[in-house]
Amino acid sequence: MKKKNIAPYFYILPGLLMVLCFVYIPIIVNCVYSFFRLSSYSSSMKFVGFSNFKRLFTNDVFPIMIRNNIYYCVISLIVQVGFGTILALLLESKLVGKAGGFYRNVYFIPSLISLTAVGLMFSFIYSPQIGLLNTFLKNVGLVNLQQSWLGDKKLAIFCIIAMSQWQFTGYITLLMVVAFQNVPQDYLEAAVIDGAGPIRRAISICLPLAKEQLLVCSIITVIGAFKLFTEVYSTTSGGPGNNSQVLGLFLYQNAFLHDDMGMAAATGVLIFAITVTASIIQLRVTRSGQE
Amino acid sequence: MERLKSPKTAVLKILLHLFLVFLVGVIVFPVLWLVLNSLKTNQEMFLNSLALPKKWMFQNYATAWNKGLFHYFKNSILVSAVSLFFILLISSFLAYGLTRFNLKYSNFIFVLVLGGMALSEQVALVPLYKILQSLKLYNTQWAIILPYIAFRIPFTMFLLRSYFISIPKELEEAAIVDGCNSLQRFFHIIIPISKPVLASCAIVNLNFVWNEFLFANVFLESKSIMTIPLGLMAFQGDLKSDYVVMLAGILIASLPMVMLFLCMQKQFVRGLTQGAVKG
Repeated sequence: MKKKNIAPYFYILPGLLMVLCFVYIPIIVNCVYSFFRLSSYSSSMKFVGFSNFKRLFTNDVFPIMIRNNIYYCVISLIVQVGFGTILALLLESKLVGKAGGFYRNVYFIPSLISLTAVGLMFSFIYSPQIGLLNTFLKNVGLVNLQQSWLGDKKLAIFCIIAMSQWQFTGYITLLMVVAFQNVPQDYLEAAVIDGAGPIRRAISICLPLAKEQLLVCSIITVIGAFKLFTEVYSTTSGGPGNNSQVLGLFLYQNAFLHDDMGMAAATGVLIFAITVTASIIQLRVTRSGQE
Repeated sequence: MERLKSPKTAVLKILLHLFLVFLVGVIVFPVLWLVLNSLKTNQEMFLNSLALPKKWMFQNYATAWNKGLFHYFKNSILVSAVSLFFILLISSFLAYGLTRFNLKYSNFIFVLVLGGMALSEQVALVPLYKILQSLKLYNTQWAIILPYIAFRIPFTMFLLRSYFISIPKELEEAAIVDGCNSLQRFFHIIIPISKPVLASCAIVNLNFVWNEFLFANVFLESKSIMTIPLGLMAFQGDLKSDYVVMLAGILIASLPMVMLFLCMQKQFVRGLTQGAVKG
């Protein structure tokens, strides 16, 4: 009977240990680090209490970062989730017919490209001298609308946000299309018999039945907005000045450029608090749908 | 449920298609512009980046490939293959262990592992850096493979577990009578039946591993082991103002996942919609 007792652990332990060692322990350690002053070159640590958090919250850049992350979050919710869902409804409508699959795939493809490739690509598009945007404006005679885009203090973060909408709206559209396809056909047919028009059907049947997926999409968008890093790193590196700075990049720069790992850990705790709250809501929602 | 085609619906239909085609343009136009300029000389690109190339510079692609992209590709393939193999093996073991034995703690372990899905890579970055350094793994390919495996297990286990639950127990009972042990049943019954869901898991995880940047950027230092997303950034520094070659590089780097999606749409969509996580 001994063999039977060991067998389950043989299957479970490798996975469990991997997750504990490389996901849970680092995150716990990060919370500990946030109360210490430490450097990447030595192993010495000095307890500093809440001083890292104090320095984070009173930092001049802090309001800029929070503002940028929130801009990213709100615009993404409106464009990716809001417009993306409307787009999914349009693609599923009878008027579009068989071409819907083609449109859906084209819209989805940008999300398969790596963030750095898209970042570099848009650095070219926004480039003041050779970029697509300024060249286009020149060719149609709107020279006075030309901008330095990523080099502009006010515009930079919005240029990055626009790039993300280009890349990820189709992703949300795809998720919503699948959710709408799962709506039972007889519900829709019954509604047609009752005389409901296409807009009425979308609002009263499709959206309520896909509300769980809609919430999941909203939450992954919120989490994505506060994890934001590569998009900014590969285009502006937070500049000009710190005008397009975001939490994720601030963490990285403090840890590996300014050698202030305690501050980085404190920023990590803040990101952790925001994303975990959102994730808990998501897990609740997805699990409640299964039971 | 086709309705009578009135002129009003015909007009609506045309307007809708025009709108959708316009959106196709929004997606495709920047990419086309990139392709166009990747086939020019730098001088021509500076003159007017919207004009057609006078001389088609297909050699830009060869230059990009030979100037390092080839090595980054090789590294990405290696890292992806090793990561995928272990992600799938360890996660299916875990899902099997959780569904086939009546362990007292299996529900607790399931929730614990699943909770890993809620934790973001940024938060683990600094401690992982320290841990990998003390394990002497920093700046080796294992420095990214191990975190990739660990961070993808929760999602993969979640997908596999719900599939394994749906596999009827009778299939295995016959094998038990024949004297198969649990490992034999796992490899001869469970794995073959689960091929479709394993394919979905593989492709979604590949998309993550292939494009991952944050960990790779921090844990790898030597150019000789960099993966493609990181290599592209290094490439930008190496090429300085050779823009057209850079553009060719961006396009080459983006192609594999797009091709894979076009070939394996079904698995892709299923994997993505069952465990929606971004990035």
